[in-house]
Amino acid sequence: MRQCRRFVLGLLLLICLALPGAARAQHDQLVIGISQFPSTFNPLIDTMAARDYILGLARRPFTVYDKDWQLVCMLCTRLPTLGNRMAIPETLPGGRIGVAITYTIQPGATWGDGVPVTTDDVLFTWQVGRHPQSGVANGELFRRILSVEAKDARTFTLHFDRLTFDYNAINDFQILPVHLERAAFAEPAEYRNKSLYETDTTNPGLYFGPYKITKVVRGQYVVLERNPTWWGRKPAFAKIVVKAIETTPALEANLLAGGIDMIAGELGMTVDGALAFERRNRPEWTVIYKPGLSYDHITVNMDNPALADRRVRQALLYGLDRKSMVQQIFQGKQEVANSLVNPLDWCADPKVKTYPFDPVKAGRLLDAAGWSLGADGQRRNAKGEKLSVELMTTAGMRNREVMELVCQQAWKRLGIDVTLRNQPARTFFGETVLKHAFPSLALFAWMSSPENVPRLTLYSDMVPTKENNFAGENVGGYKNPQMDRLIDAIEVQLDRDKRRDLWYRLQELYAEDLPDLPLTFRADPFILPKWLQGVEPTGHQYPTTLWVENWRVGE
Amino acid sequence: MARHLIHRLIQAALVMLVMSFLVYGLIGLMPGDPVELMAAGSPTMTPADVARLKALYGLDQPLGLRYWHWLTAALSGNLGFSRLSALPVIDTLGPPLANTAALMISSLAAAALAALPAGAVAALRHRRPLDHALNLAAFAAISLPVFWLGLVLIIIFAVDLAWLPASGVETVGGGGLVDRLRHLALPVAALALASFGHYMRYMRAAMIGTLRQDWIRTARAKGLSWAQVVLRHALRNAMIPVVTILALDLGTLFSGVLVTETVFAYPGMGKLIYDAVMGNDYNLALAGLMLATGLTLFGSLLADLLYGVLDPRIHFR
Repeated sequence: MRQCRRFVLGLLLLICLALPGAARAQHDQLVIGISQFPSTFNPLIDTMAARDYILGLARRPFTVYDKDWQLVCMLCTRLPTLGNRMAIPETLPGGRIGVAITYTIQPGATWGDGVPVTTDDVLFTWQVGRHPQSGVANGELFRRILSVEAKDARTFTLHFDRLTFDYNAINDFQILPVHLERAAFAEPAEYRNKSLYETDTTNPGLYFGPYKITKVVRGQYVVLERNPTWWGRKPAFAKIVVKAIETTPALEANLLAGGIDMIAGELGMTVDGALAFERRNRPEWTVIYKPGLSYDHITVNMDNPALADRRVRQALLYGLDRKSMVQQIFQGKQEVANSLVNPLDWCADPKVKTYPFDPVKAGRLLDAAGWSLGADGQRRNAKGEKLSVELMTTAGMRNREVMELVCQQAWKRLGIDVTLRNQPARTFFGETVLKHAFPSLALFAWMSSPENVPRLTLYSDMVPTKENNFAGENVGGYKNPQMDRLIDAIEVQLDRDKRRDLWYRLQELYAEDLPDLPLTFRADPFILPKWLQGVEPTGHQYPTTLWVENWRVGE
Repeated sequence: MARHLIHRLIQAALVMLVMSFLVYGLIGLMPGDPVELMAAGSPTMTPADVARLKALYGLDQPLGLRYWHWLTAALSGNLGFSRLSALPVIDTLGPPLANTAALMISSLAAAALAALPAGAVAALRHRRPLDHALNLAAFAAISLPVFWLGLVLIIIFAVDLAWLPASGVETVGGGGLVDRLRHLALPVAALALASFGHYMRYMRAAMIGTLRQDWIRTARAKGLSWAQVVLRHALRNAMIPVVTILALDLGTLFSGVLVTETVFAYPGMGKLIYDAVMGNDYNLALAGLMLATGLTLFGSLLADLLYGVLDPRIHFR
């Protein structure tokens, strides 16, 4: 018996101590923790932040928005513009104005197997992108390209069917290696399953960025090593490992245990998780809160008779102390939103109408709208109907539920009866929001992008209905011809100053009409080791990894 | 015996068929679909893209027709591709299944090895201090939420003591058997502790009941030693209900444990099935859930057969 006990103890000791603890990160290797594992590695199939984060290390788009939200070239040599005559308007059959835009591929751009990146790859990518069965997520970009003209091995012209202000932004034109992918595209409907990005993910010929993927353990981690064919600045780390760890506590535990060196802001902790981490005073790490593109707001159902009155919507916003709410919940790491345009965007109007907390003004607006305060503290209209609204959000999302409670309390003080009804995310988005089926108010977030024209969310014909098979994301049912005209005008206005004016007018109208009640732009917390320098959060959907060659080991 | 087996196998096939229909239908009835959710998170996807992708993934077809296509393909051995991983379902299931098998078999073995003797000892020391102490431990183990226990174990052994890795299956790059054992240690400990309480309580109750039987007294009166009575007779009979519980747990061995896998970032079947259901990955969800159902039915059959081994009075007709 004693021998048996000794054996068991010995075995336990062996397991615990035989090998040294989890290898502490060396500074020639960087281990990044993210909260998702990508379901695909093909850059065109589906849309997934985890995939984009990892591929940012191994590939480059032609154009992208940089950390200052300016459009820049990455795989191209010079950004084509109307001014430099690399973009030339052309009249299409039927009289419509299109545009021909010429790009030149970086001279050193070479796939990881030594094959140069050429216009053949561009042509092939266009064929894949526009094929209805290839499974490409953003097919709109490829459908807008009427033809591709190869000038030589590196230079090509795209002929677009329209001339819009963002004519030269081809950020989603993610080039594919024709020499490897052609066979997989033989049956377009099977392409998404047969692509080498799925079947042979570590093939070096699939990548041309600073790193190439050398190992994938599905659901766990991806290993990337320096790509010898990369044309740009040599990256600092010989190896980067991206580990998927889903929960905030597990991410934090791994960071403290040395299992990971940093937590990506794009796909990492929530703000409250990062705040709790900071409170534990960990001097080895820096936490950067970068305002992002997730726009938390309350969408108003315009078909609700009470809320159809603009004065009621304005009263709701005046009656809500958003400054204190955001300060309390996010401890100053997020700011109150006054418009749908992110303040980091060049077209954000700094003078847009704001709604400071003013319950007296809110009361006056409600009185004017015919909702009088009764002796019982409830507001009623002339018919004696109570002013009541139902506020909905996703169940289980703590920050949203806290914001919802704050709204309920604030509006009750105005004499409005507020009931809360939360649903699981699948039901809330799948059935309630995207089908325009919430009775009054829905609290959630939209994902935006730099200078994102709100056609999908505010244009009159984008209201989801049964007749249009619930297409469109104008889920509040907002219809205003003036807004439609502004959206139409912005899309085709090429003059930046004139476009800025249009944007200001759009924001002014939005702030006056309040189809949504703006709350806050969500911040993404980046937790970085003190020794890591050069990571510059962008605040938009293009991840920091696209500039990995600037990451350095500091003091 | 053979007749009983055939009867049970036919029953199992029918259960599997009904289960597949129910599972497929329930996933189909879930609100929203993955393409709509993808569009909500992507500012560049248009309604035309949404319609095209729905048609491509067959999400625009009636549910019954989709189920029929799946069933006929599955019966011919083609489980199809996983929509979430773009790999054949068989390839997608393999690694998580192996991970879950390692995790669950280890934790079940650890829990059973600790709980069965503890339950027997508690019964033998019924209402004495040792019984009370073991009961307390069992109730504590039952009451502790696994996610909390998992986090506490991580904080102690991975963060503070730095003896064991906090998560995953292996060190990046692979580290051999010892490395995998080190990664298994914490999730196994969390799961085994959680199961210990249940098994120990079952064993204790069964053993107390058995020790009160007349034939135990008879065995003692015949002159058998206490140890012989306990080990040869009481323990064997007390094992019958416990074997039922253990055998029925076989299904969970391969369907995984979502919470533990999430806390320890352990890629197993629980997480895989959950993601497949939430992502409307019918092929993967169906395969994972059918596997779990099949193993539960197999466990139940195994329990029946073991009754016969443990108790010669039981015969199958």
